Amino acid sequence: MKGSKGPAAPASAPLPAKIAIGSESTTSLLRELVAHLRQNRTQLREEWARRITEAELLTAMTKEEIFAEATSVYDNYVEALETGTFEALQAYARNLSERIIPRGVETHEVVGIVLLLRDVLARSLFAKYQGDFTKLNRILDAYEPAANRIANTVAVGFVQERERIIREQQEAIRELSTPVLQVRERLLILPIIGVIDPQRARQLTEQLLRGIRTNRAKVVVIDITGVAAMDATVANHLVQTVEASRLLGATVIVTGLSPEIAQTLVTIGVDLGKMTTVGDLQGGIEEAERLLGYKVVHFAGETPEA
Amino acid sequence: MDVPVLKQGPYLIATVQSALTDADLAQLRRTLVEQVGRYRSRGLIVDVTAVDVLDSFACRTLRDIAHMTGFRGAETVIVGIHADLAFAMVQLGLSLEGVTTALDLEEGLAYLDRKQRSVKALGSRPRQSAGPRNLLHPRG
Repeated sequence: MKGSKGPAAPASAPLPAKIAIGSESTTSLLRELVAHLRQNRTQLREEWARRITEAELLTAMTKEEIFAEATSVYDNYVEALETGTFEALQAYARNLSERIIPRGVETHEVVGIVLLLRDVLARSLFAKYQGDFTKLNRILDAYEPAANRIANTVAVGFVQERERIIREQQEAIRELSTPVLQVRERLLILPIIGVIDPQRARQLTEQLLRGIRTNRAKVVVIDITGVAAMDATVANHLVQTVEASRLLGATVIVTGLSPEIAQTLVTIGVDLGKMTTVGDLQGGIEEAERLLGYKVVHFAGETPEA
Repeated sequence: MDVPVLKQGPYLIATVQSALTDADLAQLRRTLVEQVGRYRSRGLIVDVTAVDVLDSFACRTLRDIAHMTGFRGAETVIVGIHADLAFAMVQLGLSLEGVTTALDLEEGLAYLDRKQRSVKALGSRPRQSAGPRNLLHPRG
């Protein structure tokens, strides 16, 4: 539906050479172009908003919001065409991305709307200059590279903003992912939840070994109840972590091994003599307390709130 | 580079102060195994806090020292291995099997004291009792 009427647009591919020659006339052509776009602002903008709705892009936003954003993008677009500078547009694209990414707007939608605008404007140019084919060609020579660059700027701005958000979130997850907690004097627990990838495994080891040193731990309980499965590489890494902790003088107790992980450990042939494992976290902490010489006494008949 | 060996009650403490050559290591092994007998030491602590690299020969020598002194009646504890070094050693398969390790000198001494107490608590002849205990780690 989109490309049925405008097969002339892609025909302008081998044009940059011409532009370099006639850059003077390009400027004046762009000026003419901008004047045309300013003149038909309302109509083109509405046409564009209609096309966006038709193509079912930006479904996360209301019609009014789409129209408001379309107006700003249109004005920024025309301004970029006029001045040939992209900073304002870039800043706007970043700002727009910041607002719409949390609402679940996808990359293809943003690229889609910019390409739609490009298409709408190109068609209005065809309509205006259809009597004068040479002039149309020259106008397109000036218009296409600038329009492409604008589309590029907006798309790149959006993707960069998205990547920045993803990086921030990864950082946050990473910081949250490996707490090393002291439960008693010289006893640490390290609850692990979720998937362990090699990077997380490395970070886990680092934090644990540092924790052993700073807390002067004798016993560490690593609880992997929340880990459904791990591959051989990570399992090996875990075993190495246990060994390294021993070199620092700490005993490691691994608790909560799922059947799948037990299978993995057996398959890679872990020497179980090197590793103490207990069924669940409670058992692990009890074993650790025994190793440290703690004795938990239950006072029969007394209520805990006493 | 000479490694100073201090006598501290029933224990010997050897503090490695820099990276050692293979010859230094062999010398250290001779010295320690000999002095454990001379001072009738009950325990030996090798402190490697100042060391940031241990190659395979160094690891093997430390293990040999632990097993040899064990046969001569003194339990060896290696203390002060850095966290990074520990993980590197494990990755290279140099994990000092059958050798006791502790976080630092204080922990090592506490460990040996605990061992001594439990030996005394059994009320047996101290020197001979060391022999059977070390049979638990016959990998020397």
